[in-house]
Amino acid sequence: MAYNNPTESPSGAIREVTLGSSANPVVVGGETSLPFYLFEGAMPHKPKVAMEVFDAAPEGWPEALTDAIGDVLGDPVAWAKANVEKHGADMICVVLASTDPNGADASAESAAATVRAIVDAVDVPVVVYGSGNAEKDTEVLKKVAETVTDERLAIGPATEDNYKPITAAALGYGHVVIAETPIDVNMAKQLNILMTQLGLDADRILIDPSVGAVGYGLEYAYTVMERLRLAALNQNDGMTQMPMIVTIGREAWRAKEARATEEEEPAWGDAAKRGVMWEASTAISLVMSGADVLVMRHPEAVRLVKTAIDGLASQ
Amino acid sequence: MALTGLDIFKLLPKTNCGECGTPTCLAFAMKLAQGQAELTLCPYVSDEAKAQLASAAAPPMRAVTVGVGDSAFTVGEETVLFRHDKTFVNPAAFGASIDSGASDGEIDAAIAACKAADFERVQQRLRCGFLAVRSTGDAARFAEVASKVAAADVPVVLVTEDPAHAEAALGAIASSKPLLHAATESNADAMIELAKKHSVPLAIRAKGLEALSALTEKAADAGLTDLVIDSAPTTAGEALRDHVFARRAALNQKFAPLGYPVITFPAEISGGDQMLETVYATADLLKYGSIIVLSSAEAWQMLPLLVARQNIYTDPQRPMQAEAKIYEIGTPGPDAPFVVTTNFSLTYFIVSSEIETAKVPMYLGIVESEGLSVLTAWAAGKFVPERIAKFVNDSGIAEKVSHRDVIIPGAVAQISGELKEELDGWNVVVGPYEAADLGAFVKKRAS
Ligand code: SF4
Repeated sequence: MAYNNPTESPSGAIREVTLGSSANPVVVGGETSLPFYLFEGAMPHKPKVAMEVFDAAPEGWPEALTDAIGDVLGDPVAWAKANVEKHGADMICVVLASTDPNGADASAESAAATVRAIVDAVDVPVVVYGSGNAEKDTEVLKKVAETVTDERLAIGPATEDNYKPITAAALGYGHVVIAETPIDVNMAKQLNILMTQLGLDADRILIDPSVGAVGYGLEYAYTVMERLRLAALNQNDGMTQMPMIVTIGREAWRAKEARATEEEEPAWGDAAKRGVMWEASTAISLVMSGADVLVMRHPEAVRLVKTAIDGLASQ
Repeated sequence: MALTGLDIFKLLPKTNCGECGTPTCLAFAMKLAQGQAELTLCPYVSDEAKAQLASAAAPPMRAVTVGVGDSAFTVGEETVLFRHDKTFVNPAAFGASIDSGASDGEIDAAIAACKAADFERVQQRLRCGFLAVRSTGDAARFAEVASKVAAADVPVVLVTEDPAHAEAALGAIASSKPLLHAATESNADAMIELAKKHSVPLAIRAKGLEALSALTEKAADAGLTDLVIDSAPTTAGEALRDHVFARRAALNQKFAPLGYPVITFPAEISGGDQMLETVYATADLLKYGSIIVLSSAEAWQMLPLLVARQNIYTDPQRPMQAEAKIYEIGTPGPDAPFVVTTNFSLTYFIVSSEIETAKVPMYLGIVESEGLSVLTAWAAGKFVPERIAKFVNDSGIAEKVSHRDVIIPGAVAQISGELKEELDGWNVVVGPYEAADLGAFVKKRAS
C-alpha cells in the first residue's frame, strides 16, 4: 500500500479584522484551514496575544502572578507599556473592572480617560472589556467609543442584552465589537446575525465564545470553537467566519489549581510554575481550536504561548 | 471506512435462497451493514468474501496495552478526528523518563515522583502512567534499571536503538509487557525479532510517514500487531502535521500501516525548556498523541496535563458528574454556611473554587441531579424541592451545623417557598445568582 498525504481542501475562510491605528494596524483572522493545518491552507496572521491591564489594582490575585507583573499593578499606563515593551504583547486588553456598579462603580468618564491614556502610551491595538454588567457597560463603552476616534478599538462584551447600543456606538466611531455568547454555536451565530442586521460590517465583529480553563469547562469551549471553525471552513457559513477572542487570563487564574499555594496543596508542586502552566495550557488548547486573539495575564505564560505558536507554525 | 449495504451485497451469492432468515441477499446485506445480523448466518458466502468483510470490520486503529495488572494502560482504538462526533476512546498516557546512566538515588526519586503524581478528580484517578528508561550506560545497567522500575509496578517504555541492550532488558522484564522503543530503518529486523520473541509491543520510529508506513508493514508482515508509531518530528508543527495525517489516513482511508497509536517525546522539540515541553505535550494530547513521554513527573507539570486529558476524553453528550455528598471546604465549624447546588462537575468545581478563593469555610451539598447545571436541572425536574429536601435530610448535615440555614442558588429563587415546606425546621436562604458572588454574599450575611 502506498502512502499519500491525506490533505483536504476547505472552501471557506475566516474574515480578516483590522485593529489599531492606521499607522500601525494589526490584522487578525484570515485563516483558510484549521489552526496550523498549513499543509492544506494558510494562516496569514498568527494568533495575537492581548495582555491584560486593569483600570484599578486588582485584588485577590495570587502572589505568583502579582510578583511577575510587579509594581505597575496600580498604574494602568505603566502596566500597558511594560506589557508591550518588556513582554512583547501584540495588543493591550484594558479591563474596566472598576466600573462595576457592585464594586467601585467608577464613572464612564474616568474609564474613557484611562483608555485614552493607554491608547496614547502604546503603539499596539487596544481591546476594551467592560465589567460585564450589561447596563453599565453600555454607558461605559459608548463613552470609550466616542473618546477614542483616531484608532480602531475592539469593545465589548456585547451580549444579547446590550448589543444594540454597543453596536450603535461602534458603528458611529468605527470600532470593532466583541460579541459574547455562552458557549453555544447557534447563539454565537445568532448574535452575529443580529449585529450585522444593525448595519455593522461582518468584518467588524470578534466572537467571544465564553471559554473555560483546563478543568473548568475547557472541553466545552474547545469543542464549540472547533465546531464554529469547521462550519466556517467546510460549510462556508458566513456568520461563523469571524475571528475568535478568548479571555484566558480571567478563567485560568480563577482555577483553584492555579491559585493554591504549596502550603495549601503540597501534592500539587511548585505554585509559580503550576499557575503559569494553567494559563499556558488553557491558551494552547484554545489556540488549537481556533482562537485568534488571546487575552492573557502572566508574562511567562505569554512567552510560552508565543514560542509555541511559532513552533506550531514551523512545518 | 465501514462497508455500505451495497458493498456487502456485491460479495454475497445473490441467489435469494432465504436460508439466512432474510428473504433476499440485499435485505441481508443491509442488516449486516447495520450490525443487525451475523455473516455466519449465510452458509454460501465465499472465503474470499469472508476475508474482505472481516478486514472491513477490523477497527481502523489498533488498541495497544503496555504493562500488566492494575497499573497497565491501553491506548489507541480511536474512531474519530473530532470529539463532538464521538467520545475519544482510550485516554492518552502521560509518563516521565529517566536515563539508565543516572545514579540509583536519582532512579528511586524518579520512581517516587511518578508514584506521587496520582490525583483524584470527579471520581477519576489521574496518575503518571509509566516511566521510560533511556539506555545511556551499558546493557547490563539498562536491564538493571528497567527491572527496578518494573518491580515498583510501574509500566516501562524501554528506549534504545541497540538490539543488544533491548535483548538484555527484555530478558529481565518481558513478562511485565514493556513497550520497546524503537525499531528504526537501521535496526528493524533485529527489533521486530525481539518484540516477537518476547511478545511485547513495539514502537516504530522513522522520519516521515512514508518511511514509517514501510516499517510498520514490515513488522505486520512478520506477524506483529501491537505497534506504536513515532514520526520523529523536529518541530511542534511537524508533529501536528504528522499526527493529523496519520489519524486521517487510518480512519478516513483505512490505511492500515498507520492505524496505530502515536507516541510522542515533546522534550525533543522544546530545547530543554520544561514548561514549553508541557505546552507541547498539551498540543500532543489534543492532536492525536496516545503515549506522551515527558522529561519528569513533577506535579506542576502532570496535573494540568492530566486534568486537560480528563476534559478532552469525556463524553461530549454526557456531562461529568461530581459525587453527591456534603463537601467540607476549608475547615468548616458548626456555624459555617451550608450551600447546595447540582452535581454537574463544572458547577461543583466553580462553586468550590469560589468558596476557596473567598476563604470562608463552608459545607457544600452536591445534590444528585444527573449532571445538569442549576437552571437546566431545575427545568428538567432534577433539582427540585423534593430532591433537595431528601438530600438535606439524608446527608447528616443537621449534626454538623448548629444553625438551620440552607443557601440555594439565586437562579432557582422561585423554589424557596416550596423547599421550606418540604424541609421541616430549616430556613431557606436565596443565595447569589453567580458563584463568584458567594463569598461576598456570606460575608455580608455574617456581618
Ligand atoms: S443465505 Fe446467503 S445466499 Fe441465501 S438469501 Fe441469505 S444471503 Fe443470500
